[in-house]
Amino acid sequence: MRSVTPILVVVAVLASVPLITASNVVLNFLVMALLIALAGQGWNLLGGYGGQYSFGHAAFFGTGAYVTAILQMRYGINAWLGFGIGILAGALVGAVIGWLSFRSGLKGSYFALVTLAFAEVLRIIASVAPITGGGVGILITLDLRPAAFQFQSRAPFYWILLALVGASLLLVRTIEHSRFGAYLVAVRENEDAAAALGVDTMMTKLRAMTLSAAITAAAGCFYVQYFLFVDSGIAYGPWISIEALLAPLIGGVGTVFGPLLGALVVKILGEVTKLVTGDAPGLDLVIYGCVLILVIAFAPRGIAGIIAAVHQRLRVSSGRAADGVGARP
Amino acid sequence: MAVILFPAVLNGLLTGAVYALVALGLTLIYGVLHIINFAQGALLTVAMFAAFFAHQTFGLDPYVAAVILTPLFFLLGYALQRLVIGPAGHGEDRNILLVTLGLAVVIENALLYAFRGDTRTIDLPYAFDVVEIGTAFLAVPRVIAFCAVMLVALLLWLLMRWTDTGKAIRAVAKEKLGAELAGIDVAHIYAVTFGLGTACLAIAACLLIPTYYVNPSAGNAFVLIAFTIVVLGGMGSVAGALIGGLFVGVVESLSGLYLGESLGQIGIFVMFILVLLLRPSGLFGERT
Repeated sequence: MRSVTPILVVVAVLASVPLITASNVVLNFLVMALLIALAGQGWNLLGGYGGQYSFGHAAFFGTGAYVTAILQMRYGINAWLGFGIGILAGALVGAVIGWLSFRSGLKGSYFALVTLAFAEVLRIIASVAPITGGGVGILITLDLRPAAFQFQSRAPFYWILLALVGASLLLVRTIEHSRFGAYLVAVRENEDAAAALGVDTMMTKLRAMTLSAAITAAAGCFYVQYFLFVDSGIAYGPWISIEALLAPLIGGVGTVFGPLLGALVVKILGEVTKLVTGDAPGLDLVIYGCVLILVIAFAPRGIAGIIAAVHQRLRVSSGRAADGVGARP
Repeated sequence: MAVILFPAVLNGLLTGAVYALVALGLTLIYGVLHIINFAQGALLTVAMFAAFFAHQTFGLDPYVAAVILTPLFFLLGYALQRLVIGPAGHGEDRNILLVTLGLAVVIENALLYAFRGDTRTIDLPYAFDVVEIGTAFLAVPRVIAFCAVMLVALLLWLLMRWTDTGKAIRAVAKEKLGAELAGIDVAHIYAVTFGLGTACLAIAACLLIPTYYVNPSAGNAFVLIAFTIVVLGGMGSVAGALIGGLFVGVVESLSGLYLGESLGQIGIFVMFILVLLLRPSGLFGERT
């Protein structure tokens, strides 16, 4: 229970925001940050805990987005159901890519490359296939009913997304304390040693990848419902692969709150850049890239690492103070 | 049939030569540093812009510009490895990967910011000259590019084979710790290798610019192709990169002929994924 309390507190605080302000600017900002936090949590499970760095999480985000959109617009399936199927489809794509690449023993650079290539193949296919609307993309018709997963105001969207983020936080926290989580970290630290101790490394990585894909796909499904539009560049473009790995790396890779923290920092940074430079194309990404390099150079454990270090230091110094007070024999 | 096939194969070989040069830089870096340089495409774009402005501002012919840009890009690559990638990577593969990815993002978007998304080309009097071989008409700049790539590959091979630097590079690639114990400055060799890989891009850019265009994402078109070649030829193998490059050029040309332009690219990606999954050590590499 103690380990869950911080999650509940954070979610409760964030949930109260629409009650305090009705500003669309604030809610839009938070929606984008939470979206990246969700996609990033998916990356974090596989990359942060499992040590398998994917450069192509767009493959899952895009699949979730397209499946949700296609089911609704081409087959008239209810949006809520489409949302669920979209997540499952993303998980399936994750399982397939994971099975193919882990079976071939791909890791490190090779794994990063193959995930990147799969995302790119999907992007090219989506940009020409008739079912995805080709280069035009898919527009979801406006139907402002909760039954169609569309709302008049932004607040319900925000709460749904927050619920998804909260669920992902709880899921990762549960995994962290489970046997599976321990296996996953063992694979990250030393795969051969983990295998020698009887961990089924293939199965562990595959499970992590499937879950990871499902979480990131959920972000894609939500994106479509929120913006009511998707095309191949949005769905499978490199932007989401990069943001999904940037958030956990900046926030603290392999920590529960890392992606959320990182997403907020990245988005604030993006907004500040826009304010200063007046929305020049590319400049926000230049800043992101620089931050990424700086974080890796100077704070490889991200913001969470910095906080932990400060905490540690405070504890040490307060510990000393306490020692000083207590009478020594 | 042969009337269409013959020119398609020849043209594929000419395109493949430039691919091979981009891949050569990539494979060299992989062979020694054991990381994939995700900034390779972005650096190629920088080189293409440099070649473009050398012509536009200083009126330099791209082939003349190559003589100046190649050493400059060697220094750029050397500095990047020595000052950014090396220190920021802390010697951990995962971190180095991310640093090169970060560099790619920074470079590409800085170019986008500076030059917007506009596509630029240069006009050269000889750009549309052709030579006739049998039934094939080949663009002169592309024939020049092919010959130049062969020359560069030969020079690179000689450098690796016979010079002390080449020996040191091979030593570091084989056994880093042993090389260090033998008194080789590993950080320096890493940077030299990175410089050589980047210098290859400067040459490739100068060979491309007479017949190609440049915009902030122009280099990306070559990245995955170069990855494919490198994986196909075996990571770190110079001969593999050369043969793989020519092969991929022909495959692209033929699948473009039979499937149409946009699907021609898919042919390459599918091949790439298949090779990665079935034989990650490449067709010419050693089995790991």
